[in-house]
Amino acid sequence: MSNTDFVLAIEDLTVSFDGFKAIDALTLYVDRGELRVIIGPNGAGKTTLLDLICGKTRASSGSIKFKNQEMTKVQEHKIVRAGIGRKFQTPSIYENLSVFKNLEVSFPRGRSVLGALGFRCTDEVKDRVQSVATEIGLADTLDTEAGLLSHGQKQWLEIGMLLMQEPELLMLDEPIAGMSVRERELTGELLQRICKGRSVIVIEHDMDFVKRIAHKVTVMHQGKILAEGSMEKVQSDPKVIDVYLGH
Amino acid sequence: MDAFKNWVARSGMGSVLILALVIMVVFPLTMDIFRLNLVGKYLSYAFVAVGLVMLWGYGGILSLGQGVFFGLGGYMMAMFLKLEASDPITTKIQSTPGIPDFMDWNQLTALPLWWEPFRHLPLALIAVVAVPMILAFIISFAMFKRRVGGVYFAIITQAVALILTVLIVGQQGYTGGVNGITDLRTMLGWDIRDDSAKYILYFANCVLLLAVILLCRWIQMSKLGTLLLAMRDKEDRVRFSGYDVAMFKVFVFVLAAGISAVGGAMFTLQVGFMSPSLVGIVPSIEMVILAAVGGRMSLVGAVYGALLVNAGKTYFSEAAPDLWLFLMAALFIGVVLVFPNGLAGLYESHVKPWLARRKAPKASTQAVEPPAAPLSSPSHKSAPSAPLPGGVQGQSA
Repeated sequence: MSNTDFVLAIEDLTVSFDGFKAIDALTLYVDRGELRVIIGPNGAGKTTLLDLICGKTRASSGSIKFKNQEMTKVQEHKIVRAGIGRKFQTPSIYENLSVFKNLEVSFPRGRSVLGALGFRCTDEVKDRVQSVATEIGLADTLDTEAGLLSHGQKQWLEIGMLLMQEPELLMLDEPIAGMSVRERELTGELLQRICKGRSVIVIEHDMDFVKRIAHKVTVMHQGKILAEGSMEKVQSDPKVIDVYLGH
Repeated sequence: MDAFKNWVARSGMGSVLILALVIMVVFPLTMDIFRLNLVGKYLSYAFVAVGLVMLWGYGGILSLGQGVFFGLGGYMMAMFLKLEASDPITTKIQSTPGIPDFMDWNQLTALPLWWEPFRHLPLALIAVVAVPMILAFIISFAMFKRRVGGVYFAIITQAVALILTVLIVGQQGYTGGVNGITDLRTMLGWDIRDDSAKYILYFANCVLLLAVILLCRWIQMSKLGTLLLAMRDKEDRVRFSGYDVAMFKVFVFVLAAGISAVGGAMFTLQVGFMSPSLVGIVPSIEMVILAAVGGRMSLVGAVYGALLVNAGKTYFSEAAPDLWLFLMAALFIGVVLVFPNGLAGLYESHVKPWLARRKAPKASTQAVEPPAAPLSSPSHKSAPSAPLPGGVQGQSA
């Protein structure tokens, strides 16, 4: 396994559940500052791939290198601290806490037990919460209990919680699921903004949305990569049309 | 002055002050020493209930084995007191004078080595807190690192409670067996049985309890408190925000164990004995009931819960000896069905609004409409459930 300039280098990755290979000898590279979209039919292994990268699922074999550092054996919270942030498919926020608290808790300081006891919400933290809240359009709802937000706002809040951590690699699992047309547009703009200075991996089903945001598209099928390239190239690939786009 | 008022309101100190007034002024003025000593016993259980508020209410970790830590704390204290009560002169009729009576009855001829540290009060006091906390650390570290949680963890804590009871009962020569450690008299020559000592111990108990509540309140208001609530809600989100979730759970479990142990030691001092009947599964579950009745999100509520349930227990067991267990069970079921957030929840949902209405009858009702969201969409499935009393806002100690 060679050292590379890629922010994320996945090589020959395999995971099998009782013999079923959810990811099968997959190789994938993501550049710095790239916004990559992964598409594929249900069961293609897209979410499993994100689970493997963030350590939620352990690989059977193969390598995941983040900035040339092997990640397959690292504990989840250390993967996060290394700079990988992940948004879950269903909005995963702290419903009983205010929007402010949701963001504050995600600030990457005071992460140990003693650190959390001694953590002070300084002006620096408040400023950061304010700027992230503005970015995700929730600046006016900081005191609202997060459970009372609309579905779309919850999705944004979770993205905001990740932004608080300033990850170098951000992974978003279906960020626009359940959103209205207007919310989709706003999310698209948000993604364009946040991929400046970091790499983003997005799993998405909505083809119009993918067309709008993707730098490069990866099509997965049965745990393998079927095609990779620009949206136009991928859409005209006969293999892709066969399994996915052509009905 | 206003800053002070704000601080009191924000940190929920008002309710702590009222509690201090009730247990340290009202009770001593209105009760004879027999009743007050009884209240002191109830308040030693309150430590466990306060610990459970942190562990169960905040951390979302149900332990059905808190009696283990209460009992260990109590036993550590009792061992010191027992050694002091077993000097060679008072025990000269034994075949081996100078060792506790139950050891003599069980044909032990020398004090076991691990009893030796308990000859010294400082060591005993350290052991009271340290031993239960170390045990709690070992159990919780092993479990939480392996991601054992929920019901499975509760069952394991029960198993630990059972194991410890069996161990204590079985090792009669070393532990006093089923009778426990009894006939405790003095602490460094100070007779803990007379009335003045009972008063002093009662107040010491109150001060310690209030100190523990303040400590817990401080933890709740720190980022760690917020993290506990966050973990209870979405554990994975906390983990994938860069936190080692297991260590936070270990922390709160060890904290609750230490608090319970202090309660156990205060129990021993005030009641004058310690026995396995305070360690096992049944007392452990009773302690959960105390927290549930008081309100598992409220530190102060837990104390009232402990007082109410134990007073009820004493009353029922005097008034209807055959029925009291059923009455206790009915009380618990009633609480869970009718007001699941306990006394504190009842206060938050009924008494507080009523007080607010009485306070400001003239003040125009404030519009509580949420500000229109800037990017509002038809909020599908936003599940605007009534704000839980567990929410961070509007929370009192």
